Amino acid sequence: MTLGTWLALCIALVAAAELVRALRHRAIRQERWRRFFRHRTTSWGLGILAFLIIVALAAPLIAPFDPNRQLDIVRLTNQAPSWTFLFGTDVLSRDVWSRTVYGARVSLGIGALGALLAVSLGTLVGALAGYYQRWVDAVLMRGVDVGLALPRIFILLMAVALWDGLPFAALVLAIGLTSWFGTSRLVRAEVLSLRQRDFVVAARALGAGSGRIIFRHVLPNAAAPIIVSAALGVGNVLLLEASLSFLGIGIKPPDPTWGNMIADNASSIYTAPWSTLFPGLAISLVVMSLNAVADGVRDALDPREEGA
Amino acid sequence: MMGAAWLLRRLVASIAIIFAVVTFVFLLIHVAPGKPCGGQIETADPVVCDQLNRQFGLDQSIPDQYWRYLAALAHGNLGYSFSLRRPVADAIVETVPFTLQLAGAALLLDFLLGLGLGIYQAGRVNRLPDVIIGNVTLFIYSLPTFWLALLLLLIFGEKLRWFPVGGASDPVLCPVVDSLYCAGDRLWHLVLPAATLGLVGAAGTARFQRAAMLDVATQDYVRTARAKGVPERRVVLRHQLRNALLSFITRFGLAFPFLLTGAVLIETIFAWPGMGRLAFEAILTRDYSLVTATALVASTVVVGGNLLADILLGLADPRLRVRAAADVEALTA
Amino acid sequence: MTVPASVLLRVSGLKTYFVTEQGKGTARAVDDVSFDLYPGETLGIVGESGCGKTVTSLSILRLVPEPPGHILPGSLIEFEGRNLLALPAPELRAVRGNQIAMIFQEPMTSLNPVFTVGDQIAEAAIIHQHLSRSAARARAIEMLQLVGIPDPDECVDHYPHQLSGGMRQRVMIAMALVCHPKVLIADEPTTALDVTIQAQILELLDRLQSELGMAVLLITHDLGVVAGHADRVVVMYAGRVVETAPTDALFERPTHPYTEGLLAAVPRIDAPRTRLHAIPGQVPAATAWPTGCRFHPRCPYAWEKCAAEEPPLLETGTAGHTARCWLVTEPERRVATR
Repeated sequence: MTLGTWLALCIALVAAAELVRALRHRAIRQERWRRFFRHRTTSWGLGILAFLIIVALAAPLIAPFDPNRQLDIVRLTNQAPSWTFLFGTDVLSRDVWSRTVYGARVSLGIGALGALLAVSLGTLVGALAGYYQRWVDAVLMRGVDVGLALPRIFILLMAVALWDGLPFAALVLAIGLTSWFGTSRLVRAEVLSLRQRDFVVAARALGAGSGRIIFRHVLPNAAAPIIVSAALGVGNVLLLEASLSFLGIGIKPPDPTWGNMIADNASSIYTAPWSTLFPGLAISLVVMSLNAVADGVRDALDPREEGA
Repeated sequence: MMGAAWLLRRLVASIAIIFAVVTFVFLLIHVAPGKPCGGQIETADPVVCDQLNRQFGLDQSIPDQYWRYLAALAHGNLGYSFSLRRPVADAIVETVPFTLQLAGAALLLDFLLGLGLGIYQAGRVNRLPDVIIGNVTLFIYSLPTFWLALLLLLIFGEKLRWFPVGGASDPVLCPVVDSLYCAGDRLWHLVLPAATLGLVGAAGTARFQRAAMLDVATQDYVRTARAKGVPERRVVLRHQLRNALLSFITRFGLAFPFLLTGAVLIETIFAWPGMGRLAFEAILTRDYSLVTATALVASTVVVGGNLLADILLGLADPRLRVRAAADVEALTA
Repeated sequence: MTVPASVLLRVSGLKTYFVTEQGKGTARAVDDVSFDLYPGETLGIVGESGCGKTVTSLSILRLVPEPPGHILPGSLIEFEGRNLLALPAPELRAVRGNQIAMIFQEPMTSLNPVFTVGDQIAEAAIIHQHLSRSAARARAIEMLQLVGIPDPDECVDHYPHQLSGGMRQRVMIAMALVCHPKVLIADEPTTALDVTIQAQILELLDRLQSELGMAVLLITHDLGVVAGHADRVVVMYAGRVVETAPTDALFERPTHPYTEGLLAAVPRIDAPRTRLHAIPGQVPAATAWPTGCRFHPRCPYAWEKCAAEEPPLLETGTAGHTARCWLVTEPERRVATR
């Protein structure tokens, strides 16, 4: 780690903390935001996520070394963490810290995009099924049943292994297309109960078309399960990508993702645990933060707490 | 609501779903690039390849292959595995006891620990024990299972040498479980992999059960029970728990897919000869029949698990079990 | 002050406060409430939502959730010579459902959906009277008969969701009375029911009261209910008692302006049709009761003294009729100023 990168790291930490604090300040006026920030873990989760996103975006500034560069295959393999190599070096003498920082880009990127695809698809299908009911509902939900019965890991393993290493985009697509079924069930249930409500009847009486009703009236009120699904979904996609990369069929080395870093260094886990410890901790940290934030969102939007 | 008609409909739907899954998997594997070339990927000689392909019927069109597969399936023939050179059914059946042992032990740990923690936490909401356990479960729940596996291997397998680092049994002394010693040996090998799956599952169950218990605790009928003078312990264990268990049963159905997913990774890391590992290797070697057959079994397990959960829920929740409509009419206010 | 031997339940200086989040202050839901309940009588507690009547009733059996609520020391609830607020838990449990019973507003959510109606009624008998399961079941059938449910031996095995709203409330009553309590607290027992069913349930309560000789604390916002079924009335506003009187006296000579307003707001079928009379303004928040007399911002007669000094409960001259209003001492001020 050089002075420049230390500076960048500290700035990232401070920026994340300030972001959360500023949000708390501005938001404290609204009842829902107050509920969101009620537990300390939510703030911490949000802060950690902000920090990691900043780190991922500013990777070139925070990582002192090229993540794929093998620094000195003779003398610098499996070095313990030190001031130069914050997380040590791995089995191929690459700087683990730099690889972790760059790995954040891939892992978080796949997580966010995959979850976005899954939640969008799930919300669309669920809303259509819940709103139109009858045969639309029947057909769509049979499809969802099949989707839920599909052993997801199988399909992904097949898709990825058979095509022998998918590019980033195809991986996102594959994960996204197999992860939307649960969300669609949740959204459908929510839409089913909302569509009986008076404000929907009123909108229809005023002549609003179905599309408008769904998107402008019903879905905003169904925000709770959608947002919670999204937050948890990113975590799930992340774990999935890590698992696939660990099995050697996700993102292939030398490009770092937290999953394949663990795979690369699994053999030296006894002699040099740091090269697997830190990527694993990174994954846990992100998923934990996402879960904490999802808990906060659930509290904030819980209809039973409204107007208490 | 419940009854023979409902059960029949669900069974038919379940079979349809399994059928759809198998079809999908079949198409997927046949559409993917890379012919297995009769299972011998290393074979470079195209003549031999052609011969093998013809021998296993892989040169025919996909629809033809599909019908032949279905026909064979109808006769209970799951096909022949190229990579293992034995009937698929044999290969799968061999892995069943191992998968059952792993899944069973993991589920047991999951439910016992998870339920216990969740109930305990709900009894001490927002006090120190609840906060500590809550954070610990959050952490474990967020761990990648494979990473936890490696960690446990490191600590308990390598450093402390309490447990073996892989395999299902001692290959020399106990190739089969034919004595008490060998049963113990199998259990000893089972601890780490089952613990990995079970701990992560338990963390999720604990979080879920805590929420369910708290949800029930605010219900009016709990207040009524207290107003009747019911002792607090009975209020929690009889009135609250009974209702919270209803949501637990729903979650029970979700446990199966989780086990399947986790099993592939765990079995690979711990070299546990279960169905997950079999499926994974089958995919890598493009062993069509084996892949399709394992998908069949996997989806049957998932669908069966959901059906079981629904039946249990129907039995446990009187609102589903007993028909309300007719009776309300009969009884006047 | 000694409690006269004839008083069955005495509530004295009851204060139940709630802690609110984010330092919005303490909600003083029940702020120094006192009343007496005599054996065999029906005492009605009347008030709008937010006046503290439900919290009062929950406080008697200490059913208020402890965080965020708490009953302040100095509050006294005496039942048969014992202070209920100081009882250790096992003794309190022996009183609940046994000597003092309670029924609630929403019969559907107040009954446990996974147990049969018979089980829930029998539970009280098993716990307090140590009956065997079969004896308790027989008692449950008896009680179902008592509350007027047809086919009680069938109904005893039904689940709450199989019954209609009126039936469920009858079940609640059966559950509460199985141990022949001396006091029945009925918190808005008919609010969630149809009007015709309301009348039936109230008649049932009347009949049971005379048959079993128990006292009833009837909490409601409906003056019509009070008029027909209560012997005495306590009117609550903003966490305090503002008027106490025998029912007839209350309706013929309402003293407190709030009571006046409540009575005037009830539309009458024999009066000329004019605009509905409503009490202007709104019930203030429990975290910020007005200074002086709590009703003065909405009172048509208020003058400077009302804003400055809160009146105590003053005797009006009629037996058993008190009101928390300066008009009792200065009746000439009863002139509408707004």
